[in-house]
Amino acid sequence: MSSGSATLESSTLAPRARRAMYARAFYGLIRRDMRVARREAFQLSMRTIMNPFLFVFVFAYVFPKIGQQFQSGGGISFATIIVPGLIGSAIIFNGISAVALPLVMEFGATREIEDRVMAPLPTAAVAVEKIVFSAAQAVVAGLVVFPFVYLIPSTPVSVHVNNWPLLIGVFLLAGLVSSALGMAIGTVANPRQIGLVFALIVIPVTFLGCVYYPWARLHPILWLQILVLINPLVYISEGLRTALTPSVPHMHPWAFFGALLALFALLMWMALSGFLRRVID
Amino acid sequence: MEPAGIVIEKLAKMYARRGSEVHALKGIDLEVRGGEIFGLLGPNGAGKTTTVGVCTTRVKATSGRVTVNGIDVRADAPAVKRSIGVVTQFRTLDRSLTIRENLAMHAMYFGLHPKDAWVRADELLADFRLSERAGAFPDELSGGMAQRVQVARAIAHHPSVLFLDEPTAGLDPQSRLALWETIEGMHARGITVFLTTHYMEEAESLCDRVAIIDHGQILVLDTPQALKRSISAETVIELRLEAPNDALVERLRALPGVVSAQASGDAVRVLTASQDGVLPRILAEANSAGLKDMTMTKPTLETVFISLTGRDLRE
Ligand SMILES: Nc1ncnc2c1ncn2[C@@H]1O[C@H](COP(=O)(O)OP(=O)(O)OP(=O)(O)O)[C@@H](O)[C@H]1O
Ligand SMILES: [Mg+2]
Repeated sequence: MSSGSATLESSTLAPRARRAMYARAFYGLIRRDMRVARREAFQLSMRTIMNPFLFVFVFAYVFPKIGQQFQSGGGISFATIIVPGLIGSAIIFNGISAVALPLVMEFGATREIEDRVMAPLPTAAVAVEKIVFSAAQAVVAGLVVFPFVYLIPSTPVSVHVNNWPLLIGVFLLAGLVSSALGMAIGTVANPRQIGLVFALIVIPVTFLGCVYYPWARLHPILWLQILVLINPLVYISEGLRTALTPSVPHMHPWAFFGALLALFALLMWMALSGFLRRVID
Repeated sequence: MEPAGIVIEKLAKMYARRGSEVHALKGIDLEVRGGEIFGLLGPNGAGKTTTVGVCTTRVKATSGRVTVNGIDVRADAPAVKRSIGVVTQFRTLDRSLTIRENLAMHAMYFGLHPKDAWVRADELLADFRLSERAGAFPDELSGGMAQRVQVARAIAHHPSVLFLDEPTAGLDPQSRLALWETIEGMHARGITVFLTTHYMEEAESLCDRVAIIDHGQILVLDTPQALKRSISAETVIELRLEAPNDALVERLRALPGVVSAQASGDAVRVLTASQDGVLPRILAEANSAGLKDMTMTKPTLETVFISLTGRDLRE
């Protein structure tokens, strides 16, 4: 363990050894996040389930039972319409929270990100790991929500998957877009502002994300129909609608895939440059 | 091949925040030799943390070059990170993980197989007398204990260079001594230690060589003994006076055997060489200005700092 031998090793770091070093560090970061997520599993699942559970319970179980109905039109039940939307909003809410909440603390108050930043891999890879892991977490959240929105309603829910690759593609892209958005938020907000950020960004995003109606139905309010196009959840909801409930009006796959890819590129750029700015003085 | 250790050449760092510019480092040169304990001593805001930041790839230099074990920190940060251990000035333990997990996860980041990482964590817990608290979370630890965990974590991956930024700040004397022992233990194993401090006792008793930094510039660099010799004084006499005045200071300076005299507040600090009769002559002058109290000490690094800057280290 003399310093002499260390010098020799370091200055002759072969490309393969370097790739292995990065891969192991990345894997270590994933193990760390898995351990933390396991420890917080109960809290995470409560955070994930409560909103869609109560929403479906009140609007798709209680409402029909007591004879208070939504006008859904076209013979499609409201319960069917909200399935993709609620899954989408679970994904985006969890993706944002999984990154933004810890990151804001770790940057602003505790600086505990420090040790992970000192791991032997490029700093941007630390950010990428966080996004990839949180995207997976967000996808799981979407899956967890599914049985609730499918089983609780007291009116029929009609879900048909005829294109599995499309569904998987939308899920993965939705997770990645959400956690990249979370990091973009986490690198600009400070701990004192995070409540405000959630109120001003996360809540409007979930309410105006075409969760409770298909985007096409917004036509009578044209300005809103155009305005919500900046909202990533719109494309996630429409994508899931296409994949899960094709009988409901939905966007063309080119539209939502194109928009999600473009948003992902933009948010990823914001997230990574924000992360590097926060971590390197 | 460049030598082991740290080479800092013409390093400058300017922070630009909201229009104002802070020149934290103004072109410093340092060379830390492989295997030594090197101390960077300086007051608050001198640029110690910035220097460590550049060496550990966390701060981007405005100009200049730093190599650690021959690797340029800017050109290949991951390779530098692999061979260094860092204890920052801030508590940075991962609060979502227990102490044992903090150590094991760190080892995994550095490529240890999970099984070996847990073994390594247990080994460190034992070495640092932390085994009993293995399952505790960082928030549940005392400051001294948390600092021990940070040092244990920093060496978990067997780095060849260890950076410690004010490692004993805020520790009680007992924890401080324990940490000094730990650092000496690393030194004995051949690890290069670069530490910053504003405690001169720490620099003096621990370091092979010390650089004094102030306002982003290195003032001197040498062994503690040589630095103390450099002021060519044997004794530091501090006089507390009713009425210190400039004329008195002038008269003291003129006395044979007096190296320097400097007023600060109601006291005058006089450095003297060993020469018969110097003390009585000083006392005679001081009495005329209402001598209240007098202390005599051997010169320390603090004396060196004061004679270089005219200020106390902790001002
Ligand atoms: N991120 C930053 N942005 C702007 N200015 C900074 C930043 N970090 C440090 N500085 C400034 O640079 C100078 C040197 O700071 P540095 O932290 O390196 O000093 P230090 O010797 O470590 O001090 P201390 O003993 O207080 O830790 C100070 O004037 C400080 O205010
Ligand atoms: Mg500092």
